[in-house]
Amino acid sequence: MLLEINDLHVYYKSYWYILKVLNGVWLRVDKGERVGIIGESGSGKTTLLKSILKILPQNGIIPRGEIRYDGKNILKLGDNELTKIRRKEIGIIFQDPMAALNPVFTIREQLYDIIKHKMMIEGHNPSSRELHEQAVKILNDVRLPDPERVLESYPFQLSGGMRQRVMIAMALISAEKLLLADEPTTNLDVTIQDQILKLIHKLVIEKNLSTILVSHALGMVYQMTDRVFVLYAGDIMEEAGTNELFNHPKHPYTQLLISSTPRLSSVGVGEGIKGKIPDYRNPPPGCRFAPRCPYVMDKCINMKPGKIQVNKDHVVSCHLYD
Amino acid sequence: MNNDTILSVSDLRKYFTTAEGVVRAVDGVSFNVKHGETLALVGESGSGKTTTGHVIMGFYPPDGGKIIYKGAYELSIPMKKRPLELKRDIQIVFQDPGTSLNPKRLVKDIISLPLLVHRIVDKSRVYEKVAELLEYVGLSEEYMFRYPHELGGGEKQLVAIARALAPNPSFIILDESTSALDVSSQARVLNTLVKIQNELKLTYLLITHDLGVVRNISQRVMIMYLGKIYEEAPTEDFFKSPMHPYTQMLLSSIPTLSEEDEKIKPRGIESVGEIPSAVKPPSGCRFHTRCPFTKQICMEKDPPDIVVNNNHIVRCWLYA
Repeated sequence: MLLEINDLHVYYKSYWYILKVLNGVWLRVDKGERVGIIGESGSGKTTLLKSILKILPQNGIIPRGEIRYDGKNILKLGDNELTKIRRKEIGIIFQDPMAALNPVFTIREQLYDIIKHKMMIEGHNPSSRELHEQAVKILNDVRLPDPERVLESYPFQLSGGMRQRVMIAMALISAEKLLLADEPTTNLDVTIQDQILKLIHKLVIEKNLSTILVSHALGMVYQMTDRVFVLYAGDIMEEAGTNELFNHPKHPYTQLLISSTPRLSSVGVGEGIKGKIPDYRNPPPGCRFAPRCPYVMDKCINMKPGKIQVNKDHVVSCHLYD
Repeated sequence: MNNDTILSVSDLRKYFTTAEGVVRAVDGVSFNVKHGETLALVGESGSGKTTTGHVIMGFYPPDGGKIIYKGAYELSIPMKKRPLELKRDIQIVFQDPGTSLNPKRLVKDIISLPLLVHRIVDKSRVYEKVAELLEYVGLSEEYMFRYPHELGGGEKQLVAIARALAPNPSFIILDESTSALDVSSQARVLNTLVKIQNELKLTYLLITHDLGVVRNISQRVMIMYLGKIYEEAPTEDFFKSPMHPYTQMLLSSIPTLSEEDEKIKPRGIESVGEIPSAVKPPSGCRFHTRCPFTKQICMEKDPPDIVVNNNHIVRCWLYA
């Protein structure tokens, strides 16, 4: 077990109210395993990833829960140890490279920084020649043509696909054990998306990394992962092996999500889901999907369902299976 | 022009002058839209698909070519000079309902504006009609008194659709109308679009990059790349036998959800390279820089229209 999250609660505080976003999330990632998290926008996917690195915004608080990474509880670690993990062990690919890259520094300056800090953690102060070698090597790894030109460029001078490759390169420098990918291809065209996904897939295998891929694109998660967690409004609704989950979904939310996805081989999509993600200021007290669920029962309104093991590798959180 | 053609576009061109040079966004595009069909115009960002739609809407005049609507109207005149009747008849639903709905107006005011401008109903009956339109797209009357920010993404888009329907148009341009939505709300919007099309005999020009959506609601497909159309076919035929290497690359890049979908994807072609700049598009066939089958002639000459069977047209030297 590389990463295990239990009963994680995350709130965002503002002057007037508290947004209760994550509501007791669980998650586990084995060594070398590729895990997917699916859910609609606003369901707390990014918040979950940020909690793992403890990089929540300042108003984010974790009132309860445990994040065990490699035997240590991340939430109890001191700054020094956290820095070590962020620089050397867990890397993250952010959704929007234009927002994640600094617009006033060249790629060279930004890459050198990351490489330098990582090497200093290892107790080595690199020369500028070493930095250059490392930077060119990592850009070659992500198949960026003409690394010298890329190094001299500012982010706005690169295409969307190239920026995303730079982001992946940066994440890989610090990801020696675990790679987090937050919607890594949302803003890209489908042909470029395909190239980026194949690249991530190849690098993950080469470097024997564990990954967490967060996405609302079901097809991508189906193709890229071994196990899937379904997140809705801050609650894990279902967990199963990828094939099992997509072929035998148990939770009504998962079922509706899958039937809503347009297919290439047939015409007709499911009816979708009415309504919207609940207001986190005052979320439903029972199952958070209850207000939109077609099978809602009395107990769903007030009682949060527990984890129900439906078979060996399949857990669902729904009163239908009590 | 056939009787069943509602819109006929021939050799349409639209160029933009930028600091880097002239961008040939749409560079010689011709097609016909038939009454009551959904024609999908598919392409990646920078292909010129949205520009094509916006020129038809009259947001800017074309730099060449002809657009004939209902056999009578010439659409190359700018929006301001179009007769009111023509403006009423062609409507558009934009990509992002978060920005296309006025955040300071209630839903009832958003939908009643076109009703009043085009004098669709008597002033005293306006809100009755608004409620009717809302119900028609699957939203209850209560939505009249909400602001756009109180609605979910799918619901906002349904309001935008109700607004487009308000003046009784016969032609609607759907400009990436579902791409900003989650699949669960996208499904609802798609089903609503199909329902109202069948009942009101509407014609759609569906501008999108999502071939899954195309498969589900369109009858014909056109593939656009760097300002030109490279393949045109009925939807069934298109997914059964995609011909242009670019089309094949697009299809093979889609992450699918099942074995059946996987079988649709063409084999033996892999996505390489990126879409080149439209300021200096490649000579000859514009796809030749990324095509695995490039021959000498592809770099030199534009490929001709090759009619494969009566409705399937491909522009590629491989089939010449």
